[in-house]
Amino acid sequence: MKKQHNFLSFVKKETLHILRDVRTMMIVLLIPVVLMILFGFAISTEVNNLNIAVVAPTRTDGVRQSIERLANNPYFTFVGYINDEQIDPMLRSAKADAVVVFDSDYERLMAMRAEGMDTKPVMQFIFDASNTNVASAGAAYLQNVMTTDHSSQQLFEMHLLYNPQMKSAYNFVPGIMGLIFILICAMMTSVSIVREKEMGTMEVLLVSPVRPIKIILAKMIPYFVISCINLTTILLIARYILDVPMSGGVGSIIFLSLLYLLLALALGLLVSVISSSQVMALLLSAMVMMLPMMMLSGMVFPLENLPKVLSPLPYIVPARWYIEAIRKVMIMGLPLTAVLKEISILCLMTVVLLGVSLKKFNDKLE
Amino acid sequence: MAAIEVHNLCKRYGKVTALDHLSFTVEKGELFGLIGPDGAGKTTLFRLLATLLNPDEGSATVEGFDIVGDYREIREIVGYMPGRFSLYQDLSVEENLDFFAALFGTRVADAYELIEPVYKQIEPFKTRRAGKLSGGMKQKLALSCALIHRPKVLFLDEPTTGVDAVSRSEFWDMLSDLKQRGITILVSTPYMDEASRCDRVALCNEGRILTIDTPCHIVENFDKRLYAVSGDNMFTLLNVSRAVSGVVECYPFGSAHHIVADAAFNENEFIAQATLAGVRNVDVYPAEPTIEDVFINLMKQ
Repeated sequence: MKKQHNFLSFVKKETLHILRDVRTMMIVLLIPVVLMILFGFAISTEVNNLNIAVVAPTRTDGVRQSIERLANNPYFTFVGYINDEQIDPMLRSAKADAVVVFDSDYERLMAMRAEGMDTKPVMQFIFDASNTNVASAGAAYLQNVMTTDHSSQQLFEMHLLYNPQMKSAYNFVPGIMGLIFILICAMMTSVSIVREKEMGTMEVLLVSPVRPIKIILAKMIPYFVISCINLTTILLIARYILDVPMSGGVGSIIFLSLLYLLLALALGLLVSVISSSQVMALLLSAMVMMLPMMMLSGMVFPLENLPKVLSPLPYIVPARWYIEAIRKVMIMGLPLTAVLKEISILCLMTVVLLGVSLKKFNDKLE
Repeated sequence: MAAIEVHNLCKRYGKVTALDHLSFTVEKGELFGLIGPDGAGKTTLFRLLATLLNPDEGSATVEGFDIVGDYREIREIVGYMPGRFSLYQDLSVEENLDFFAALFGTRVADAYELIEPVYKQIEPFKTRRAGKLSGGMKQKLALSCALIHRPKVLFLDEPTTGVDAVSRSEFWDMLSDLKQRGITILVSTPYMDEASRCDRVALCNEGRILTIDTPCHIVENFDKRLYAVSGDNMFTLLNVSRAVSGVVECYPFGSAHHIVADAAFNENEFIAQATLAGVRNVDVYPAEPTIEDVFINLMKQ
């Protein structure tokens, strides 16, 4: 009973530290919101509001139908008919992101195609590729829209499952979750533990009957709570503002995230045990954990593109497994049983990290 | 059994020897002072006795518990106040005290009568953040926190450094009070004038103890002739003095210079020589030795 009273006082003290540092607390609570909005709207790689101009020497029914389809598509905006000379100025002035050029003989060539004859191309897409992401995604989608024509014979059919509009939110929401929790749980806790070493308060804490590990565990609880608040914010923004489906069930997502939070806390503990100053803890978190995590978790770059030498590295990056599991559950709608491998790897990592840091933990000054 | 027993204690940091075979004993209920300049090894000694460091050689016990083997027991019965202010600056006075009470599994009310003489002086500011307190008030809060679990032994590492003269004097009064209640106190200070407030002092320098005795005995045992000299050009006087026959040692001491002299020293001759060197209004008179004089002379031996 007395011990429990002890423990609660430690948690209370830690909470006070966080509440007193209003600026840090605001940053911690706002980071997820800002990142979500930023990635969701500003840094989007999806096709959205592409301005399309059209060059159509003959405006036959077939051409009109195609343009109708273009104009009705929510992702494209039809900005008007232009002639050949206007193509370059339109693209340069950014009034159009792409130009669709119909052959003057469009109708007849299409008819020949329908009969199975080999003809020259009937339509040309000219893209402003200064933003390669937008250009390639837009070109693919535009082609898709313009060729789903009854008259044209398609050689193959393409279906994009789970994320047919290639919404980037589907890709980055799991990534941001992987990042935020490391940031708050691992970095903030390790810095706050190391601060006690740096300020000299650890000296006083050590010269007391309480096992320091208990104080450290108490330190983690408020950060765990903050992370849970962040988890809620992220899930709400993802569901209601970015329209991410959450098809595998919110419960599974929360379960995976809580497991990952524990892992992040264990990581933070290890960093704090190793480092002797706040700067060192920050550097360790930022350079050794955050950067490789962003590079090697599959969040930014596809892991398949990694050079052979580096290919074993992603296996030891915790975020990679978490992001993969969340993708499967959140976007593909798989049940938890489909991510058992990821779950067991995350569990194993947590146990190993906790074991190492507890073994390394020293209740003396050197 | 003495409260603190130290035998041949040695501590090295790489090539630097912080403590060089230290031995001494502190009796129960004693107010024991460690006097010495920065780098004398005082903080290292405190950290060893507070079980924060392990010695390289030798051993020590606190209340009969070994500092290596029984360190958990020691941590329950000592109050430790490090040299640097080590409370939580962003917590209020009251919150700091509550936290340290919880740390030792007790409540502020249980130890209130013990900490009252110290705490009542800062109680009017109990909602103020510890970081916003003055130097003297910080020390009082730190002492209150160190006392909250009724320790048998108090380790105070330079508690009066950076504190104004009035607060320093008050602080020593409080320590005398605590001694009356049977608490053994080991306190360090770089200020020689505070030595007289201790029951016994150890003068230490560069990891060694120069002498251990009561402040009175230390001064009484100073068996050399000591003079204070002054004049209108103190710098020239210092250089001249060192050349005068019979002067063993001359060093600045407050507003005058102190001269340690042997039998060949003659006051009139000293004045004549100093005047010859261009120092006017030369004054020489016998001086009472202080702890600082003893320290300077022990250090030069």
